[in-house]
Amino acid sequence: MTTTTEAPGAELGKARLRKEDARLITGQTNWTDNIKLPGMLHMAFLRSPFAHARITRVDVSGALSQPGVIAAFSGADFAGEQGSLPCAWPVTADIVIPAHPPMAVDEVRYVGEAIAVVVARDRYAAADALASIDVDYEPLPPVLDIRTALDDGAPKVHEAGNKSYEWVFASGDVDAAFRDAPVVVERTYRQQRLIPCAMEPRAVVAQWLDDQVTLWSATQIPHVLRFALSAFFGIPEQNVRVVAPDVGGGFGSKLQVTAEEVLAVLVGRRVGKAVKWTESRSEGNMTVHHGRDQWQRIRIAADRDGRIRGLDVDLLADMGAYLMLVTPGVPLLGAFMFPAIYKMDAYSFKCTGIFTTKMPTDAYRGAGRPEATFAIERIMDELAAEIGIEPLELRERNWIKHEEFPFTTIAGLTYDSGNYEAATAMAKELFDYDGLRREQQERNDRGDPVRLGIGISTFTEMCGLAPSRVLGSLSYGAGGWESASIRMLPTGKVEVVTGSSAHGQGHETAWSQIVADQLGVPFEDIRVLHGDTLVSPRGMDTYGSRSLAVGGLALVGACDKVVAKAKVIAAAMLEASPDDLEFSAGRFSVRGDPEASKTIQEVALATFAAHALPEGVEPSLDSDATYDPDNFSFPHGTHLCATEVDTETGFVKIRSYVAVDDVGVVVNPMIVEGQVHGGIAQGIAQALYEEGVYDDDGNLLTTTLADYLVPSAADLPSYVTGRNETQASNRLGVKGVGEAGTIASTPAVVNAIIDALRPLGVNDITMPCTPERVWRAVQSANGGAA
Amino acid sequence: MIPAKFEYVRPSSLDEAVSALAEGGDDAKVIAGGQSLMPLLRLRLAYPDLLVDLGGLEDLRGVTDIGGDLLIGARTTHYQLVHDPLIAEHCGLLAQAAGTVADPAVRHRGTLGGSLAHADPAGDLPAVVLALNGTMIVSGPAGQREIEAADFFVDYLTTALGPGEILTGIRVPKLGNDWGYRYEKFHRTAQAWAIVGVAALARRSNGQVAEARVGLTNMGPVPIRAAAVEAAAAGADANAAALTAAAAAAAEGTNPPADLHGAPDYRSHLARVLTGRALAAAAGV
Amino acid sequence: MTHITVMVDGVNYADHVEPRLLLVHYLREVVGKTGTPIGCDTSNCGACIVLMDGVSVKSCSVLAVQADGSDITTIEGLADGELHPVQRAFHEEHALQCGYCTPGMIMAAADLLRDNPHPTDEEIREGLEGNLCRCTGYENIVRAVRRAAEAGVAP
Repeated sequence: MTTTTEAPGAELGKARLRKEDARLITGQTNWTDNIKLPGMLHMAFLRSPFAHARITRVDVSGALSQPGVIAAFSGADFAGEQGSLPCAWPVTADIVIPAHPPMAVDEVRYVGEAIAVVVARDRYAAADALASIDVDYEPLPPVLDIRTALDDGAPKVHEAGNKSYEWVFASGDVDAAFRDAPVVVERTYRQQRLIPCAMEPRAVVAQWLDDQVTLWSATQIPHVLRFALSAFFGIPEQNVRVVAPDVGGGFGSKLQVTAEEVLAVLVGRRVGKAVKWTESRSEGNMTVHHGRDQWQRIRIAADRDGRIRGLDVDLLADMGAYLMLVTPGVPLLGAFMFPAIYKMDAYSFKCTGIFTTKMPTDAYRGAGRPEATFAIERIMDELAAEIGIEPLELRERNWIKHEEFPFTTIAGLTYDSGNYEAATAMAKELFDYDGLRREQQERNDRGDPVRLGIGISTFTEMCGLAPSRVLGSLSYGAGGWESASIRMLPTGKVEVVTGSSAHGQGHETAWSQIVADQLGVPFEDIRVLHGDTLVSPRGMDTYGSRSLAVGGLALVGACDKVVAKAKVIAAAMLEASPDDLEFSAGRFSVRGDPEASKTIQEVALATFAAHALPEGVEPSLDSDATYDPDNFSFPHGTHLCATEVDTETGFVKIRSYVAVDDVGVVVNPMIVEGQVHGGIAQGIAQALYEEGVYDDDGNLLTTTLADYLVPSAADLPSYVTGRNETQASNRLGVKGVGEAGTIASTPAVVNAIIDALRPLGVNDITMPCTPERVWRAVQSANGGAA
Repeated sequence: MIPAKFEYVRPSSLDEAVSALAEGGDDAKVIAGGQSLMPLLRLRLAYPDLLVDLGGLEDLRGVTDIGGDLLIGARTTHYQLVHDPLIAEHCGLLAQAAGTVADPAVRHRGTLGGSLAHADPAGDLPAVVLALNGTMIVSGPAGQREIEAADFFVDYLTTALGPGEILTGIRVPKLGNDWGYRYEKFHRTAQAWAIVGVAALARRSNGQVAEARVGLTNMGPVPIRAAAVEAAAAGADANAAALTAAAAAAAEGTNPPADLHGAPDYRSHLARVLTGRALAAAAGV
Repeated sequence: MTHITVMVDGVNYADHVEPRLLLVHYLREVVGKTGTPIGCDTSNCGACIVLMDGVSVKSCSVLAVQADGSDITTIEGLADGELHPVQRAFHEEHALQCGYCTPGMIMAAADLLRDNPHPTDEEIREGLEGNLCRCTGYENIVRAVRRAAEAGVAP
């Protein structure tokens, strides 16, 4: 082996600046709304102003006479072809999955549901013509509260009733765990409805040429979308191309097969022209699927010393009006996470999915896991208070020790790696935990109206969604593998094709780093291709923190195949046996004879020339690989938050925030840190600011960003991050980081607020913890005294 | 979202603007910086037939020292208010409050006259101008007239401006340097509208508050002077306890709204707390 | 239709436009400056910020007719041969992920540094209060603006 080459693995762990940035910082972007095609027309949707109504008449003729209007259609005009938007996750055998036509035909079930579409020369003309469509409605009673939706006599969202499913899980003897338990704490927590608010509103462009359609969409899932258009809407798969150009964030909200995507395809075919639709923010707040929206009843049984005996969870989950792509499965992604990092004897879980006349819910960053983490981390603090021990001490008494990995939890998951002690120790030090506890005591002692609170979240999550066999056992409609291809070009440069579909994650950069290491080629020589089913025909796309832990491993497999083939060719070039070659840092060399070597680039050129290929070897250095892991991955960490709570106004200020995460081996620490930052911000937003609110008639009150409060830089703290590393049991040792911050931070913030106010008698505040709610909690704990 | 169609004129003189507005009648609307109007147009909550753009009237911009008062052109932007030396010297409350309006880009376009004429009770500057005892200078088909701030705000989004009348300027009395001031804005996020805002002015003399003025934002359909607080604060000792006691009357005579961000009783409570804090800051406590 | 002349990124344009045409739609669809995106209806998000006669404005809340006679700089015209220090700092500090808020964020940051060349972190945060980002949590944006300030932004 030569001594001059770089050690393998040189790229992994390097804070490479992103390849994606050049176009994004100069405005040379390709958002879907930027696309202009010859003759392209614009669509606008007429949407229901009622939460629930029968449609007795839709007359689009008035729109047709408006200037610049080419066509207008109601749901009935597409009744024969629009089918039903798919739900890919029938979680139980008897689940109720109502028909969900992209445009309503005879009944609307949420405000914003599409009723008719105008096609016009430009978007202004299309918007104007909506007012000329006549619709007659017979209002029906809305169904808005899942706690009463199953009562006898409650109005029905669908004929089959308001219950979609009930899903249960139990492990261990829960009755025994609770029977005679010295301490039982029960709480009911509210997971408010959230609106994802990716900064790029949705947009679609559909263009038919003969019998082939190309759909550009601001989507996270071009591959799933292509499959859905074919499987559920009758367009032969070979005739469908889906392109996700630059996509401006998703957070789960673009993990969907939407009415507007389907209708763009159908309307484009009907009018014979390319069509575009771009949503406005207020339209999007109403009609992009929402997240969370659960009531969580949680009971925990423990011994006097704090040892957990058992946990019992009963969820009510708001499905909204219909089941969309993975709506019913989202709460179940949390089902296995309530026991979190803690050992216990028994666990039971029940989830009831309930219909309401609101926008359907579906995946939103974390999807099920933030909800579970919130409930367990909140009730751990309540248990600590009940028993009278320090909340961190309680966690330590119950968590899985680092020497116990791999560890199979009461929920049946096998955690492969982790070190909760190390992460917590690092977090405490970065946070000055003891110093803040002292200051807290001082403030309490002097009755400072601004109280200090410390919030803890020792979280884990399951991500890297993933094992196809497990997803199948949970009745999920698809697999969880990922695909990658490597194309070694004649000049030694590399094209990487990935089935993941980045929309901000930085795959072009991180994937280049992985491949650079595996093939020993320069980072700059690699081009990553994604997001177009013509270029990347196979994939499962990007969500659930899966891209690296699944897609990244597929890259490794594809590189292996290229190296294996190149080795055969290199052996022929070196007149050696392949078995005598070793490959390191991009060079094949004969063992024991370091002078006899060929670079992989030399091999690529020789392969192209094909002058002296071994018998039966084809002149290409390409490979395809898929990867389907055996297990999820389990990032974890300890987040600590200090809040200052003004008891006079209820205003909460985050004073400091420390996050120590273990996401396994890190490919690019800069990107990882960015993911953690953004995740924390979204979790803080749930704790303090955001809530999708419907009024008593089912009108969404938070349609704009003036009402739905996405925090700005001025509202959020600076974050201190640290990293601990235990290797996941895959070849890269990676776990995933996309959702960790969001999962961890919400309970850290709320625990901090409650910790500040607990001496005043407060033990819960409903999220978001608005100043008014905080103030009221203080008031009622004070017995109403001002 | 996209505004509905409208006609548009951009007059080059005030007279032209007044006649264009008068001719347009009820379906005409004035646009200056447009920072309140544009969102309403885009959401089609407002759909005028005619927009009269004051953008060509350069005379309506800027701050002039006219002796005992400052004359502020209606088109003076929030950004200008924040940076103007005359405002800083004689009317710092206005600069401080203008600096809390929305965000920098909005402050570059949004104008003082626009804020006042729009008369959103959650807007920051109406209560400030009310506390400053400002006077609106108005031009209309019948010529020029003046309206005291106390008479200007009539109801929710409604002012005393008559048909065809345009707010051209605001006169505010200069405050001596024995006056302190504070605008306390309480909102959930930096960019959000005030749940409650308190504009406080205090003149301090010999360890006492000789005179105080308090304007309240978003405590009713119009900005309100907290008269009971002003009376209680006058002559009070300049210390936190006395001013907190004076502030206890802050919600008297108010009619606070209920919305997503606060119920009326919470707003009343906030008005008391924030008034105490604003008065204390204004009095240099 | 109203006739307007507007300088955009150093080029003169003369067009007849509907009075209701938003400046951002004029830039994107008439002039072809698709680098400036639209993120909301209510001037909250700041994605559409451009410089108008040298100061930041939200181009979704200005009518194209109001921009008659003005000089507009978009994200596409900010770099002068080489990247503007704010653009470079955003790259170097990883101050963007999906990049949708980035044009507005960079234009707002450039304007902030024009107004206050040496801001504190708190002033940076407050100066960007009208720009929403859903990806970064703002930490690296603050770092980038600080870095650009340290590098010195030409007035």
